[in-house]
Amino acid sequence: MNSLSQTIQDVFNEPGCDKNQAKSEKERKKGCTKQLQPGGAAGGCAFDGAKIALQPITDVAHLVHGPIACEGSSWDNRGAKSSGPQLYRTGFTTDMGENDIVFGGEKRLFRAIREIRDKYAPPAIFVYQTCVPAMIGDDIEAVCKAASAKFGTPCIPILSPGFVGPKNLGNKLAGEALLKHVIGTEEPEFTTPYDINIIGEYNLAGELWQVKPLLDELGIRILSCISGDARYREVAWSHRAKAAMMVCSKAMINVARKMEERYAIPFFEGSFYGIGDMSESLRQIATLLIAQGADAELMARTEAVIAREEQRAWAAMEPYARRLAGKRVLLITGGVKSWSVVAALQEAGMEVVGTSVKKSTDEDKEKIRQIMGKDAHMIDDMTPREMFRMLKAAEADIMLSGGRSQFVALKATMPWMDINQERHAAFAGYHGMVEMVKEIDRTLANPVWEQVRLPAPWHAEPGWQDLALAENPAPVAETPAPVAGAAPAPDPRARAVCHCKAVSVGMIADAVALGHTTREAVARATRASTGCGGCGPWVDKAIREALPSASAAA
Amino acid sequence: MARVEKSAKACTVNPLRMSQPIGGALAFMGMEGTMPLLHGSQGCTSFGLVLFVRHFREAIPLQTTAMSEVATVLGGYDNVEQAVANIAARTKPALIGICSTGVTEIKGDDLAGFVQQIRARRPDLADVALVHCSTPDFAGAFQDGWARAVTAMVEQLVEPVAPNARAREAGRVNVLPGCHLTPGDIDALRDIFTDFGLTPTFLPDLSGALDGHIPQDFTPTTLGGTSLAAVRAMGQAAHTIAIGAQMGPAAAALSARTGVPHRLFDRLTGLAPCDAFIAHLARISGRPVPAKYRRQRGQLIDAMLDGHFHIGGRRIALGAEPDLLFALGSMLAEMGGQIVAAVTTTASPLNARLPAERVTIGDLEDLEAQARDGDAQILITHSHGRQAAARLVLPHFRIGLPLFDTLGAGHLVSVGYKGTRDLVFAIGNMLMHSHHEAAPEDWRDAWNAHPHTPHRKEAAQ
Repeated sequence: MNSLSQTIQDVFNEPGCDKNQAKSEKERKKGCTKQLQPGGAAGGCAFDGAKIALQPITDVAHLVHGPIACEGSSWDNRGAKSSGPQLYRTGFTTDMGENDIVFGGEKRLFRAIREIRDKYAPPAIFVYQTCVPAMIGDDIEAVCKAASAKFGTPCIPILSPGFVGPKNLGNKLAGEALLKHVIGTEEPEFTTPYDINIIGEYNLAGELWQVKPLLDELGIRILSCISGDARYREVAWSHRAKAAMMVCSKAMINVARKMEERYAIPFFEGSFYGIGDMSESLRQIATLLIAQGADAELMARTEAVIAREEQRAWAAMEPYARRLAGKRVLLITGGVKSWSVVAALQEAGMEVVGTSVKKSTDEDKEKIRQIMGKDAHMIDDMTPREMFRMLKAAEADIMLSGGRSQFVALKATMPWMDINQERHAAFAGYHGMVEMVKEIDRTLANPVWEQVRLPAPWHAEPGWQDLALAENPAPVAETPAPVAGAAPAPDPRARAVCHCKAVSVGMIADAVALGHTTREAVARATRASTGCGGCGPWVDKAIREALPSASAAA
Repeated sequence: MARVEKSAKACTVNPLRMSQPIGGALAFMGMEGTMPLLHGSQGCTSFGLVLFVRHFREAIPLQTTAMSEVATVLGGYDNVEQAVANIAARTKPALIGICSTGVTEIKGDDLAGFVQQIRARRPDLADVALVHCSTPDFAGAFQDGWARAVTAMVEQLVEPVAPNARAREAGRVNVLPGCHLTPGDIDALRDIFTDFGLTPTFLPDLSGALDGHIPQDFTPTTLGGTSLAAVRAMGQAAHTIAIGAQMGPAAAALSARTGVPHRLFDRLTGLAPCDAFIAHLARISGRPVPAKYRRQRGQLIDAMLDGHFHIGGRRIALGAEPDLLFALGSMLAEMGGQIVAAVTTTASPLNARLPAERVTIGDLEDLEAQARDGDAQILITHSHGRQAAARLVLPHFRIGLPLFDTLGAGHLVSVGYKGTRDLVFAIGNMLMHSHHEAAPEDWRDAWNAHPHTPHRKEAAQ
């Protein structure tokens, strides 16, 4: 545990992290994130974070040392794609039982490593420490050392028991393991002045492949991607790159900074999300490579590619942008995406009515202010209830968020699209932004929203209820006839349309007569449909019936 | 009769099994206005949450005591009290169901003592019912965790009734469903009970909670499910019916506490067990079997006649928790299916009774190897079998939990005449659709080829 606590302290001292630098010595010792609140916490643990960061290395056997809970409910559940080996999708765990707790799990771990080597012969085995073996004092570093020596297969200990902290810390601990045991242990067959590392890109949904063709075209070689679609050896020789890009989060900043320190590989922080960001990233890569000795003509070629791709992307987006103009988006994500996606959405003509900044740095927030203006609606911590209310009250047309909050939107029968790591669509680079706009359009244009919001036949229009519930229902006419024997027919103008705001057919007809002929206009004039929103289609119907053309056509 | 083996490997590869704490948490999700709480590091909760969200495609209430390393070493009372207080303040639940995890068990955190201590120290939390159960993740499996949570609810919520204290309500039945029953299964059972004029109380009841419905407002706790009042009054029922051997201990505990007689049904999938079930309901309700079920029985028999062509003699590889394994394996064997590979997650009296040569307590690597050796023609297991099915080039019938790549996981029904009928159709169809088409060379070297059908040869090409 000693070397683990040292590593954690080291990570907390990360000078590359501006969040850390703003803190006092004492605060920094406490760690990167707020103390977790019992009964009010969400999100993964350090082990989760370490696994997310390293599992995209495709030819490695990822062995989880712990009881079944750690691997049993989480294996093969990430969207990181591989162009070759599939071993990374195999779940390996020591599945510790009571005996291992009593007698220690080290022997089982050693045997597990041997079984994996014999059956699967991977180039390396990554061993993840979890809470239970950490508590009983299993020394996985020693086991890995012994196993590496005995079997000739590098066994890499990843010290990331869940209880040391949140997911983000786990990302960094994973990075430390790479720095300590992997990076610099092998040499590439050859190098070029155009070799780069991409750090913190996991190739989710194959996003790296949306970017790679452009780098290929420019003659820029991804020497190592840490860790999307990577092979073990590529990571091991990544210290020979000329420059590095750190993608979109602070998750692996320790890797980028220490590689700069140790191997003089300069890096910049960039993003592949959004057209402007993608172009800027290409420029930065070219700038760094040229500064490191690549031919300066690279810049002209890069600019030409940028100009061509931007033009193509805008042209491809144009028809969608027209349809999406003015649509209101509620964006619940974090970090870089809170602004890079905002820019992209605005580029496509949409209005961002709110963006969450829970996981964003001050720098991120400043960027949001630049992009959205001073009135930017930044949501620090939105409870599901608030999201639900906002959506149900139709203050937004669509919510973009991670999978966790999707049902908040869907249960409000509001369009929702996945923007976080579980998604299946790839949104990186120029193609990615077009794909994203297409996806938003595909979601918003779906007629299913009209369908799922139809009021039930026993709701909204009096009279229907009686008919639908009657033992022998009479044939339902277009306009329901009063039930025989009932009280005298009520004034048709008094028929309620919006129950929440008590708006009748007559009130809507009056609003139409005053020139409010759309649902939005009527909503402003009468407040109809601004409660639960369920009566929208009935409001539409009332407007249609009240329009002079309706009676003319009838 | 099967020989039961435990896989001797040090390394579990491609786990079939899931942990006890999340099994326990799911049981609490079938209670009304409840927040399940895992006492452990936040990862334990977050993995479970993601798993259930992907399976049910519903928002899932699940919280954590967020144990840090220091808190784990010092003991977790403060975290449990704080978690309970925070949940009570934020979500106002009727019940908080607390499950332990590996770390807190090793430390020796005494949840029963903690709950007592909270009761003594925090009268302001008196309105919230607390149920605790011990579910270390280094022992047992998902279904064991579910069973323990249900037993804990019986022991900590149901009001004891002295034997022969007073007349019980004839029409009321307690139903203890195993975790292998889906929300759809529970709904199907409720209809059957109701048709016999019986009023069932399910403990727990996932059908109202995780069956996919649209609420009028957002609630952070569970929606639907069984109310605390209904559970407390289970001693008033005339009968208890438990489904799946995993529910044996809970049923026994309920009988011991209230004197309500119970009957355990190992399974409700297949003709004979459904007959026994329907006969039992007719007896305890004193009513004749409604015409609807006479018709459904006929339909099931017809389905078995139509389906036996496709299931009979087919070689089947099965991976599931013991109760589901027994239900599926028995039903398929009764239609002539041959269980060539059977892998399960934990010990159960049913394992030895499976109509197969052996049952392995193991993982999906074992299932894949046995399926290959036995030249299986279909793989039946949860979604994690997808990689094995692809490598073996076999059709993959997805059943169990998790089903993260399948719509309507909560509505897959396998109980009762109708549920069995539909299951026969679904599995039979999958076998029919992967049937080998005759080819000119099929019989050229047939004497020398593998004694089995050309099916695999074709598929492997």
